Amino acid sequence: MLRLALLIALLALPLKAEEVVMGLSRDQVRINTTFEGSEILVFGAVKREAPIPEEPLDVIVTIAGPSKPLTVRRKERVLGIWVNTDSVGIDSAPSFYAVATSQPLANVLSNVEDLRHRISINSAIRSVGAPAEIEDSQAFTDALIRIRMRQNAYQVLEGAVSLEEQTLFRVGFELPANLTEGEYRTRIFLTRGGKVVSQFETGIDVRKVGLERWLFTMSREQAMLYGLMSLAIAIVAGWGASAVFRMMRQGG
Amino acid sequence: MQIYLPIAEVSVNAFLLLGLGGMVGVLSGMFGVGGGFLMTPLLFFIGIPPAVAVATEANQIVASSFSGVLAHLRRKTVDLRMGTVLLVGGLIGAAFGVILFNYLKSLGQVDLLVRLCYVVFLGVIGGMMFFESLRAIRQTRSGKVIPKRKKHNWIHGLPLKMRFRTSGLYISVIPPVLVGVAVGILAAIMGVGGGFIMVPAMIYLLGMPTKVVVGTSLFQIIFVTAFTTMLHATTNYTVDIVLAVLLLVGGVIGAQVGTQIGTRMKAEQLRILLALMVLVVCFKLALDLLLQPSELYSIAAPGGH
Repeated sequence: MLRLALLIALLALPLKAEEVVMGLSRDQVRINTTFEGSEILVFGAVKREAPIPEEPLDVIVTIAGPSKPLTVRRKERVLGIWVNTDSVGIDSAPSFYAVATSQPLANVLSNVEDLRHRISINSAIRSVGAPAEIEDSQAFTDALIRIRMRQNAYQVLEGAVSLEEQTLFRVGFELPANLTEGEYRTRIFLTRGGKVVSQFETGIDVRKVGLERWLFTMSREQAMLYGLMSLAIAIVAGWGASAVFRMMRQGG
Repeated sequence: MQIYLPIAEVSVNAFLLLGLGGMVGVLSGMFGVGGGFLMTPLLFFIGIPPAVAVATEANQIVASSFSGVLAHLRRKTVDLRMGTVLLVGGLIGAAFGVILFNYLKSLGQVDLLVRLCYVVFLGVIGGMMFFESLRAIRQTRSGKVIPKRKKHNWIHGLPLKMRFRTSGLYISVIPPVLVGVAVGILAAIMGVGGGFIMVPAMIYLLGMPTKVVVGTSLFQIIFVTAFTTMLHATTNYTVDIVLAVLLLVGGVIGAQVGTQIGTRMKAEQLRILLALMVLVVCFKLALDLLLQPSELYSIAAPGGH
């Protein structure tokens, strides 16, 4: 009876040969005063109802920070000095983006699938409206990726996902110290022959706590008071140092 | 020790910030400059977002100037009356400067204008001070009695005369107010307290004694930068109080040390050192404009040009 019920339940589910079951070493990151970055371990297994197909399985894991629009500017030499001339507006670029794969990305993901799921860094950045007079708008996106990769804000970890027996997988991410607050979207894709066969999505909650939280909230909600507090601290510190030095001089 | 800054959203080394604050504080106490023109580029360099660096820097200058002014008040080297007159002009100029700044921003290329402003002003002021101080030092060395320049020119013919006892001047209030306005405009455009323009202007245009100039400059910088801090805190939310505290702890101590050093040095030596420092910063900024940058692209907030 139980078996029958299970069979019916399984049949009722959309038919999927392989599914991801995953875990995170932590699903929240707390930014306090001494925050120095964080390590996150993403792990999981592939659940199957059928025998393992011939074609090898690959795993892609991405973590994306909150997206924001921004402007990329380019300098050119005008009358002997270097000046910002052309600029391209990027509609949306994640503040942090890491993509980890079990094989080189080009081998495990076709271009079509990449465009559909926005997996590689280049397709995670949305840039639609480059001005008509700028012909090489891709150069601006490339520059954005180059600069952010230097700051470790964008990471490509090809081959970092370790996959065992085509079933168990595991990958570690290093989140840098200069994280922005928000929901960090974490996605896992299973691919076969460049096609995504299954995906799973969850979020990591990154937020400031304690003093950081309090000061940040105050600076937005009671800006006047915050400004006055900053000034008061400055005046008291200035007076304090002066008083201490006078005492030292009189003492010595 | 790494510390995460809540507004700047970056993690930085606390001791590095204390050291930077201390170094700039020493200069502030010695020369009566706020040090913003040095500190702001340094903060950019260690990865603080420019908007946060400019706003927080203003707050830190309040602290180091206040610390410096207290030391100068005890030595009676602050001309409060002159400071107030300059301040009135400065605030008018700052308000006008903000309007001008926003107008230039709508035209684009405001960054370039700020940089060119820096290079031109730092170059001219630094050069003038350098050669003048060099001449003064050479004259003292050769043992010649320095002829006390009779500063009786058109400035003395202006109405609304006022006695500035601490500075030993009896002049019209019009030139100091105009100096204040000019410095206020430049300060708003260039995002600094304006000490490095104010100090030479007081020495060469108003003929104030160098010893009084430093304290008086610091006095008016407190108010200008306090005004700027409030403006940034309420409109852009870019004052990072943790960053400010780290910088100002170093800064206030440095300012005290700087004042001590300043009182032991001759006026000409003080001027020539300030001139050299101004010229070095000018040279660095000019190089940035002339040499090809290693990265031609830069990321900025959306909007603008």
